[in-house]
Amino acid sequence: MANTKDTMTVKVWRGDNKGGAYQAFDVPRQDNQTVLDVVSWIQQNQDPNLSYRFACRVGMCGSCAMMVNGTPRWTCRTHVNKVLGANTLVVAPLRNLPRIKDLVTDMDPFFDKWIEAGGHHDPSASRYDAMPKIAPDDTQRAAANESIECINCAVCYAACDTVAHNQNYLGPAALQRAWTLYNDEKVNDTDAVLDAVSGKGGCHNCHSQGSCTLHCPNELNPMRAIAGLKAATLKHHLKGGR
Amino acid sequence: MDIRLYMAQRLSAIIMIPLVFGHLGLMIYAIQGGLSASEILSRTQGSVFWFLFYGLFVIAVSVHGAIGLRTIMSELLRLNDGLLDAVMWGFGLVSIFMGARAVSAVTWL
Repeated sequence: MANTKDTMTVKVWRGDNKGGAYQAFDVPRQDNQTVLDVVSWIQQNQDPNLSYRFACRVGMCGSCAMMVNGTPRWTCRTHVNKVLGANTLVVAPLRNLPRIKDLVTDMDPFFDKWIEAGGHHDPSASRYDAMPKIAPDDTQRAAANESIECINCAVCYAACDTVAHNQNYLGPAALQRAWTLYNDEKVNDTDAVLDAVSGKGGCHNCHSQGSCTLHCPNELNPMRAIAGLKAATLKHHLKGGR
Repeated sequence: MDIRLYMAQRLSAIIMIPLVFGHLGLMIYAIQGGLSASEILSRTQGSVFWFLFYGLFVIAVSVHGAIGLRTIMSELLRLNDGLLDAVMWGFGLVSIFMGARAVSAVTWL
C-alpha cells in the first residue's frame, strides 16, 4: 500500500533490550483514530508478532503509554489527527525503562520505586476503630488529591530528564504518591514517608523542569507535589528527622 | 543528592543573596567614586566588617558551588558516590583556599 492521503507512514520500534530499529508500515487513515488503533491495526493486519500493551482503551488502566513522535502519551486517548507530523507517526517504547520486546517496557523499576517512596498503605487505625472524620474542604485533604487520579501510566517517568540521568531518582509518580500519603490522615507514620523520600534518590534531586506536569495525561501536577515534599522534608529535617 | 546536601546548598544560597547584592553595589560605588586600587585597599585592610563579609561569601560560594558541581558530575558522568564526594570536597576546599587567600590579601593589614 503506497503512502497517499488515505494512508500514513507509521514507524514502529522493533527489538528488545539488546537493540532494535524502526520498521515502517503504511496504515489507512480514518477520521477518528487513536494511536492505539493504529498499533492494533498493524498487529492485526500486518505483523501479528508486534508486541504492545493495552487493556481498557478508555484512559483508565494506564498500560498503553508509548513514545509518540518523541513525546510520551497515553495512546488510547491520543488522536492521530492531533499528533501526525508530515503524514508520519513514530511509535516507540516508553523512555527511561528497560525494553522487553517492541513497544513493551519492563515496568518493574517504576513500581519498585513506588514502594521505595513509601507507596503502601500503613493504616493509622484498625477495622475496629472509628473512621477518622475528614472534611472535604480541608487543606490537607485537598493536598492529598494530587495523586488520587494517577493511573500509573509512567508517562511522567518517561518524560523526566532527571530520571534519565539519575537511575536512583524515584521519579514524579512515586513522589506524588508519597505526597498524597503524607497528607492522608489515615496513614499511621507520615514521618516514615518523609524519610523514604529524603534519601539518595529522593525528592531533592528534582530540578523542577516540569516535564511531568506538562505531559501528565490526567493533567496532574507532580512538580507541585514534589515541591510540597521538599518543604515538608525540610521542616522534618530541622526537627531532627532524616 | 540527599536532604543534607540539599539543605547545605539552599542555606548557602540564602546567605549568598544579600552578599551578591552587597558585592555588586560595592563594585559600582567604588568605580563611580573613581577610587584607585590603593585607596580601596586602604579602606578594606584592617576592616573586620569586610573580612567577615567576604569571608562568609567565600565559604557560602564554596559550599554552594561544590554541591552543584557534584550534582552536574553525577548526572553527566554518572560517577560513583566515592568519586563524586572526592570531586565535591576537592573543589570546595580549593575554592575556600583560593578565596581565603584573596580575602586575606584585601582585608589583612
